Amino acid sequence: MRNRRGIVVGIAAAALAAASAPLLSAYPLTLLTQAAIVAVLAMSLDVLLGYTGLPSLGHAAYFGVAAYAVGILTTDYQRGFLVCLLAGLVLATLTAAVFGLLAIRATGTYFLMITLALGMVVWGLAFRWVSMTKGDNGIAGVPRPDVGLPWNLGAPLPFFYFVLIAALLAWTLLGLLVRSPFGMTLMGIRESESRMRALGYNVWLHKYLAFVISGAFAGFAGVFWAYYNGFVSPVDVQLVTSVETLLMVALGGPGTLAGPALGAALIVFLKNFVSVYTKRWLLILGAVYIGVILFAPRGVLGAFRRDR
Amino acid sequence: MSPEFWIVQTFNGLSYGALLFLLASGLSLIFGVMRVVNLAHGSYFLLGGYVALSVIWKTKSFPLALLSGALAIALIGIGMERLFLRRLPGQTLGQVLMTVGFALIFQDLALLIWGGDPYSLPLPAWLQGVVTVGALRFPKYRIFIMALATVIGAALWLALDRTRVGAMIRAAVDDAEMAQGVGIRVPTVSLGVFALGALLAALGGGIGGGFLGVYPGLDIEILPYAFVVVIVGGLGSLPGAMVGSLLVGLLDNFGKALFPELAYFTLFAPMALILALRPTGLFGRT
Repeated sequence: MRNRRGIVVGIAAAALAAASAPLLSAYPLTLLTQAAIVAVLAMSLDVLLGYTGLPSLGHAAYFGVAAYAVGILTTDYQRGFLVCLLAGLVLATLTAAVFGLLAIRATGTYFLMITLALGMVVWGLAFRWVSMTKGDNGIAGVPRPDVGLPWNLGAPLPFFYFVLIAALLAWTLLGLLVRSPFGMTLMGIRESESRMRALGYNVWLHKYLAFVISGAFAGFAGVFWAYYNGFVSPVDVQLVTSVETLLMVALGGPGTLAGPALGAALIVFLKNFVSVYTKRWLLILGAVYIGVILFAPRGVLGAFRRDR
Repeated sequence: MSPEFWIVQTFNGLSYGALLFLLASGLSLIFGVMRVVNLAHGSYFLLGGYVALSVIWKTKSFPLALLSGALAIALIGIGMERLFLRRLPGQTLGQVLMTVGFALIFQDLALLIWGGDPYSLPLPAWLQGVVTVGALRFPKYRIFIMALATVIGAALWLALDRTRVGAMIRAAVDDAEMAQGVGIRVPTVSLGVFALGALLAALGGGIGGGFLGVYPGLDIEILPYAFVVVIVGGLGSLPGAMVGSLLVGLLDNFGKALFPELAYFTLFAPMALILALRPTGLFGRT
């Protein structure tokens, strides 16, 4: 039943956003766009954290390499949307495929540490490989994509719908994934790895594939992030971004897709609204981290869940 | 490359490693006893530097500044452990998010109290200047850091290896439940270790204030180094923290000098490799 409730909540939220978008001014609209992109990132992490039980602390890496791919290809080589999308996806998937080989052996805290370390490798490259990434200055001037539609995606409203459709596509694909026999196996591994192994499942392969798929979807989000932000910098791959994604998943409730998506939206709005009213938004964000862990350890959606 | 280059870079690497040891040994011990991945550890380093700065401005006393910085942050550590982290035993994700929350709060409080300007801890006269050996010049302060880290490392090792309290800590690292079972008060041991870890990190921050400076963002900058040390050396191992610190100090220095574009890569890639080959680190137990 809880699956269906998540879908209903998610569709309602997306429909509400889509319907109200034309009435909104530019600023809330960019926030909605941002929320939709980050929601994909949070959902991709949830495949690992919520469904497979692997707490990755380096998820910004796959998000970031895809964003960098778009940044470099659009500014230095003037490539179109499809080339950039493909390049971002391939690069993120490859990065996850290599990192997965190193990380999947470890479990629990060691998995957390090794993914953190691998994320730092990417951050180090972004920060220091100046000839490729422009280092700390970042890559500015990423244009909005031109996909041959009659609407100009440079304007906030069409771009929002464009991103929303992409996010819904990602949500659908991830939803199909976690409800497939493959997804069920992942949940089995989350509950008891040894039992799944005894039943004859190839646990390593399932975890590895989950890792790579999760990275690919993070890359999908990264592609749109680069177009949305118009700017790619080491901030996109830093540890804080990875941790913030974890917070979104934890806030929304791991093990549901709609939960992390809502968690992502909540954090995006909170960050932006609080920073409008006070300079002390880091204080408040820090308090949110602590509050979520102490008072809603199963997330906002999880708090309403009866089973488990 | 001249031999002078190698000597000077090795010296710089080792002295940076000595500083990292102060930061990372505490992180490693905390993890060993409590299995907590403390992402606020870099904040202890930063806050230790800031408190030392304020005290030295008021009193002009360098030792007093380091000491009061270390003690003040140890108290903060005690508060964090007692009131918050203790509620999350075994919840890795919860601990990570909670310590990140604290790191953000500390970052903002530091900005509120000390502002955004970078400062440098003024050094007493006897630590200024250089020691000249032939054509080479070694800053006295870096020699002091190495000496101090050696003394502290030796003291920690003796305390862990030769005393009753040390045996209790090692027992808690090995198997907290069994240690509790034979009558060791593991919660008290945990609290003590957490305070010690915070104290060492803050001491490192005060000392680091003399040559890295104290500035906003230092906490986030230094934290990955501490993690690399602990990961390379092995979680919960003091010899691991020693070897790891020196290795990371050297790798970082030579990486930055020889391959400036790939500097962080030369630091993190060997670590990822070590982890892949030996997931528990060089000295960690399997």
